[in-house]
Amino acid sequence: MPPISPQASTPSRSFSLAIAGSGGAGVMTAGTLLLDAAARAGLFGLMVRTSGPQIRGGEAGALIRISPQPVATLDDSFDALLAVDWQNLNRFGDEIPIGAGSLLIGDSDAGEAPEVFLQTGARLVSVPMKKAAKAAGGGWVNMIVLGLAGTLVGLPAQVLEDALRASWKRSAEALASNVAALQQGIAMAQGIEGARPQPLSVAGCGNGAGRWLISGNEAAGCGALRGGVRFVAAYPITPATELLEWMSPALTRLGGSLLQAEDELASINMIIGASYGGVPSLTATAGPGLALMAEALGLAVASEVPIVVVNVMRGGPSTGIPAKSEQSDLSFAVDGLPGDAPRLVLAPNSIADCLATTEWAVQLAETLQAPAILLSDQFMGQSRSVIDAPKQAPSPARRLVAEAHADGYLRYLDTPSGVSPMAIPGTPGVTYTADGLEHTERGIPSSQARDHIKQLDKRLRKLMQHDYGSRWADVEGDADLAVITFGSTTGAVREAIARAAAQGTALRMVSIRLLAPLKPEQLDRALQGVRQVLVVEQNHGGQLLRYLRSRCDLPGRASGLHRPGPLPLRPGELTRAFIDWAAAHARTGVTA
Amino acid sequence: MNDMTEAAKLTAADFKSDYKPVWCPGCGDFSVLGAITKALAIIGRPPHEVAVVSGIGCSSRIPAYTTCYGFHGVHGRALAAGAGLKAARPDMTVLVTGGDGDGFSIGGNHFMHACRRNMDLTYIVMDNHVYGMTKGQASPTTEPDWDNKLMPGGTGIRSFHPLVIALAAGANFVARGFSGDPNGTAELIAQAIRHPGFSFVEILSPCVTFRPEQRAWKEHIHTAAVPETDDPARAARRLMTDDGFNVGVLYAGSRTPYAKNPAASAALAELEQEFAL
Repeated sequence: MPPISPQASTPSRSFSLAIAGSGGAGVMTAGTLLLDAAARAGLFGLMVRTSGPQIRGGEAGALIRISPQPVATLDDSFDALLAVDWQNLNRFGDEIPIGAGSLLIGDSDAGEAPEVFLQTGARLVSVPMKKAAKAAGGGWVNMIVLGLAGTLVGLPAQVLEDALRASWKRSAEALASNVAALQQGIAMAQGIEGARPQPLSVAGCGNGAGRWLISGNEAAGCGALRGGVRFVAAYPITPATELLEWMSPALTRLGGSLLQAEDELASINMIIGASYGGVPSLTATAGPGLALMAEALGLAVASEVPIVVVNVMRGGPSTGIPAKSEQSDLSFAVDGLPGDAPRLVLAPNSIADCLATTEWAVQLAETLQAPAILLSDQFMGQSRSVIDAPKQAPSPARRLVAEAHADGYLRYLDTPSGVSPMAIPGTPGVTYTADGLEHTERGIPSSQARDHIKQLDKRLRKLMQHDYGSRWADVEGDADLAVITFGSTTGAVREAIARAAAQGTALRMVSIRLLAPLKPEQLDRALQGVRQVLVVEQNHGGQLLRYLRSRCDLPGRASGLHRPGPLPLRPGELTRAFIDWAAAHARTGVTA
Repeated sequence: MNDMTEAAKLTAADFKSDYKPVWCPGCGDFSVLGAITKALAIIGRPPHEVAVVSGIGCSSRIPAYTTCYGFHGVHGRALAAGAGLKAARPDMTVLVTGGDGDGFSIGGNHFMHACRRNMDLTYIVMDNHVYGMTKGQASPTTEPDWDNKLMPGGTGIRSFHPLVIALAAGANFVARGFSGDPNGTAELIAQAIRHPGFSFVEILSPCVTFRPEQRAWKEHIHTAAVPETDDPARAARRLMTDDGFNVGVLYAGSRTPYAKNPAASAALAELEQEFAL
């Protein structure tokens, strides 16, 4: 029985705010500094980036939520929208929901605010941002915005200034004018008259010691290094590129290397070659690249070479929506290879978990000599979050290797565990040829039925018999109605379950981290006593629901709640849906 | 295990496995296998310090016929797998082997970029101007009017000139050999292995099953009238009058090979500090 964690308590108050404007106006810098300042004030926070399709320029938004507790999802609406300018911001109408009690803050010289925001009934406050920045000796407008935003949230002026000073990489003169601009922004916020959203209280929150500020892509890269990865080959692709750009210099400093391949066909074959050479290896990509890697994933299965493929999911199919999140590569990851090809598929369910689960993926791939696909997504990958510093894992996993001159060495020996010692090139007396052709235990190509079934069984058995412990899923609560989910959607589901509980509806949550292999008996235990399940995911086809139905007997009549990207599933809409669903399945008298 | 005494004793037989090739009797690839094992004996590194990497096709079966570490991957990606292995394990001698379809058609993009990357690899292509494993279709090096079932009357497409592409894309060593001269080819391969950077050796290797007329190749083969050069312009001019049967080293350049991994200069815990508040 996996340990059942206590149900999360009702979330405490949080503050949500969006900083938006034309690309180049510095909204991401302001957002990042705001998150940094919040962290220094002992708060947690999340910053999601959104932008138009333009390569440079175009509209951009930093969507931020700050709270005394860890934040894994955006809220239902924003307490404030701060616009450096209003150009094309109407396109963010859906992504930045505004309520009647919200504040819209814009530059008095930046023209009209878009109707889509005004019609919400939110109050518009115009302040002379550009003029004030100029008056502050040429400081940047986004520092005015940082002062405004930080003060609305409730952050002390000193903390905002500390964050700015710590990040500064230019001249002392320019720093002085930007500190002045920041102070102008703080004064402007203090001068706003009338009702405003309640700021957070930072008293007793500490100073953020022992916490990290990190993106999901960076966390996955860091987890890979902790797992022992020392070679990466990859082809740039949105939204996975930042993971590679973070790993590249890090690998160099650790004595490893990153190689930019000519395409994804090359990158996956390069990491297979490197891993065959004994070095734990990884590539990162997104849907279009994953599709190109399919054949070589099968090669890694057949030749039993451990590799990790981090797939940062985006809207699909085809080129789809490159810079927006979706959980729609699940079916491909678990089932999309020719032949019977058992593989590992894992999904981190928060930014912090991107680190731990990528590390685990490397360990499992190495231990089981199999490819592992890690399903991250754009939402986690490109968002930044304040997290508790991850614990140091004991030691990187080691693969089972052959000794020099091992007697009667057979690379693909049909062992009870299914895992057979791998000879690392350079080791004398145990040379062999790794092969994507079906082969004998020695590795000689064979089309004999008995060799095929023996190797198919071996490759399946090694994954099915392995003890994955309790990490395969997060199981929370013991209610008889369960919500099953995976990946980044878990944050919104967890919060919605807590809100529903506060309104008297108890639900169990199962967030599946190890999607393949999926052991039916494990899921049965997690769902012990459950009458009905609801499967929540961010895609159009209900891929997790279909997958679970194909592999397990789910209790009751399983139903699905799924919607494609790019809009995130929000805790408020999930709370309403959960309460309605629970009411429809309320226990009526004695069950038969 | 790698002392001079043992290395000196190595012969071609030490590099030949006991596994029987799938090739047709009379296939040129038997001689190429012989030439590779002879070349490895000349180089003198023991089999476990050499890796032979290939894709798919008749000639791509070679790794298992050697006693070296072998990797028989997917069609067209041998150079990628070989590059990954060499990048991760610069201490190994890495040979990449295959045919004209594997290397120039499905793997054409990797060929071009492997030349550019100039990693210290030796790429041996057994060129028979035909797809043998799938029983007789045109490859990129096939003559445009060669009649076959898939493309009756021929493809009508001009043949690919691998040496021109290799030179233009930046390979550091470019040579052509002939399977009918295993000793000369062994010398060429040994020279290619010793030459730093990316070395490309095209070996004309007749397919007696689907291109029996290639038995006559031995009459067309001739050695180059001019010596090898380190001047790409001279090599290019020579290729302009190449009849396809000129054997020997065309070009041996001095471009710096792809950089090796630097030594570690930090511990992971130090790198992680950038995230700490």
